[in-house]
Amino acid sequence: MEDFIYFFTFQDPSITWVVLGIILLGIGSAYVGTFSFLDKKALLGDAISHAILPGICVGFILAGEKNPIYIVSGAFFSGALATFLSTWLKQHTKLSEDTIIATILSVFFGIGIVMMTTLQKSGNPEIAGLNTFIFGNAIGISETDLKIYGGLSLIIILILTLLLKEFRLMVFDPSFGKAIGFPMAGIRFLFNVLMILAVVVGIQAIGVVLMAALLITPGAAARFWTDRLYPLLLLAAFFSVISGILGTYVSFVLPQMPTGPWVVVFLSLIALISFTFSPKSGILFRALARKNYLKKTHIDHLLKGLYKAEEEEKKTLTIDEIYDLYPYQIQEIKKSIKHLAKLNYIKVNQANIVLSEKGKIEAMRIVRLHRLWELYLNESMNIAPDHVHESAEQMEHLLTPELEAMLEKRLNYPTLDPHQETIPRTRHDL
Amino acid sequence: MTFDQNAFLIILTGSLISISCGILGVFMMLRKMSMTGDAISHAVLPGIVIGYFVSGSQRSLEVIIGAGLLGILATLMIEGLRKKAKVQLDASIGITFTLLFAIGIILINLFAYKVDLDQECVLYGEIAYLPIDLWITKSGLNLGPRITWLAGLNFFFVIGFIYLLFKELTLTSFDESFSSVLGIPAKGINLALMSMVSYTTVSSFESVGAILVVALLVVPPATAFLWTKTLMNLLKLTSVLGIFIAIFGYYLAFWLDSSIAGMMVTVAGIFFFGSALIKGKFAKWFKGTTPPKASFDV
Repeated sequence: MEDFIYFFTFQDPSITWVVLGIILLGIGSAYVGTFSFLDKKALLGDAISHAILPGICVGFILAGEKNPIYIVSGAFFSGALATFLSTWLKQHTKLSEDTIIATILSVFFGIGIVMMTTLQKSGNPEIAGLNTFIFGNAIGISETDLKIYGGLSLIIILILTLLLKEFRLMVFDPSFGKAIGFPMAGIRFLFNVLMILAVVVGIQAIGVVLMAALLITPGAAARFWTDRLYPLLLLAAFFSVISGILGTYVSFVLPQMPTGPWVVVFLSLIALISFTFSPKSGILFRALARKNYLKKTHIDHLLKGLYKAEEEEKKTLTIDEIYDLYPYQIQEIKKSIKHLAKLNYIKVNQANIVLSEKGKIEAMRIVRLHRLWELYLNESMNIAPDHVHESAEQMEHLLTPELEAMLEKRLNYPTLDPHQETIPRTRHDL
Repeated sequence: MTFDQNAFLIILTGSLISISCGILGVFMMLRKMSMTGDAISHAVLPGIVIGYFVSGSQRSLEVIIGAGLLGILATLMIEGLRKKAKVQLDASIGITFTLLFAIGIILINLFAYKVDLDQECVLYGEIAYLPIDLWITKSGLNLGPRITWLAGLNFFFVIGFIYLLFKELTLTSFDESFSSVLGIPAKGINLALMSMVSYTTVSSFESVGAILVVALLVVPPATAFLWTKTLMNLLKLTSVLGIFIAIFGYYLAFWLDSSIAGMMVTVAGIFFFGSALIKGKFAKWFKGTTPPKASFDV
């Protein structure tokens, strides 16, 4: 608890610096990552982050120490080379995109590891710092590092904000952008540059191997809460900052822990919560909606069956007769009967089931929708009467009162459907 | 040049591993699942650590079972995220492998006092130590390096797996709907392939490291794919490439005093980019033949 208060009251200026850095890095990579997620190029970020390793080593060799400027430029150039190669390979060979990405990722990482083992055998004491790039160590960020990485993040955030419209076009409709005169190739190039920069900056905190999470996960999680771009970006940035700070806190409390894995765990936790519980698109919500829909279809079918029996001058149906109408659905029918009896739509008299007044109105509505749709398909779509039933079976559960009114108007309040059955409107039609 | 037994053993092991990986990789590539292979090789890490923790030894059955289970879990998680939560494929791969790998790294750090596994060993492996790590029976009989036996066993399993299920694998790779019409359980075949990939990853990770396994899974098949047109030739060329990669990789690493596994990947990369330059569409332009102009279609 003392650690907690010490960390979150920012008494220590170095903690303030680190948290500030994490916030900037998180926002930068979440913004870029959300765009690449929407562009369906999320794994390119993974390839770039692995491909950066040789560049870091070259930068280290040239500088002879862990100089951030050399390392950032080395990393940038090898990231750029990887991006360029993946585009080139895609245009000039028959390989599929995921093969290309996996190839580039593993070859560059292999070369990076060769360089790193060679460097380790060279016995330079500074080399120990290089390992932090593989799993990230946010606590180890010095003030000079922070100025460079934070500054780069600020530039990324600024450019993305200023050119939001252009990047939006690139992600959602590049051909339209081209048609109205935007230089789409240039915009894509700039975006690739920003993506590489974001990766270069992010690895300081999260490491080469797990960088993909910082790019992909915030956007993917935020996508479950909103359909609009601005809230999406803000939410992704928020998720990424929260996990960044929590991850840094854990590696502050447990010093031997690298930051990267904890940031990823917190991010994934947020993502899994979003996938499960988000309204509209979460797993739970969709399962519930599906269940309700199925329940409604079963109830509608039962009402329809009872109504048809009344049309044939049969006042009641026994439960066994209903079972024969819809075989294989005995459980569902039992549930529907219970539910309808509760709503007072039907009266259950021992094994006999009768529609109540209220039930008749509802049953009429469903039959009316079914027959209206059949007539609409037959008259307006020129579909033969013996082919319209299947579609009407589905649409009867979906048609809204507004659509019903439109159909009625368009078909001029018909009385008979294509099978010469009455389209019921009032009690009298029965 | 005298016969160097250690060199021979390392090259033999390297070839066995790269052929097993390559052959499985061909099917992964044809199914457009190369990145899933990458994800699996990252995701087995927690399984390895837990298996190690439970059994207290790196060479136990628990490690292989743990990794195999995690590999299957990763495949199911990717599928689940895609189908149940409707996350797009690339993002579900990214989320799955980063989460599982992160958990693995955290576990290594938590058990660091007890488990003799470090991050570097998991990442790069070290095939150079292979001749020291001998399999000696209780009666004191020296049977040679343990990892070579492991790689041989794995090679045997992979070849057996491919030989037995060749028809099913081919059919599900090229035409999944047709294969399900014929009654072949495409999902089951897919899971079996993924389990083989996880098993191969585990038995190779000590020597080439979890991440470099990916290179052997992806790069030789991709290179061979540029040169061949039939599946049999693709498999043969992949295997031949695997052997070349092991030989050149070893001698280059020996010469530059560097990581053998890393060098094998570097060699594979050189082969790949060379092939891409020779066989790419760019080459046709270079040779002076122009492709026919595409007709203007609306």
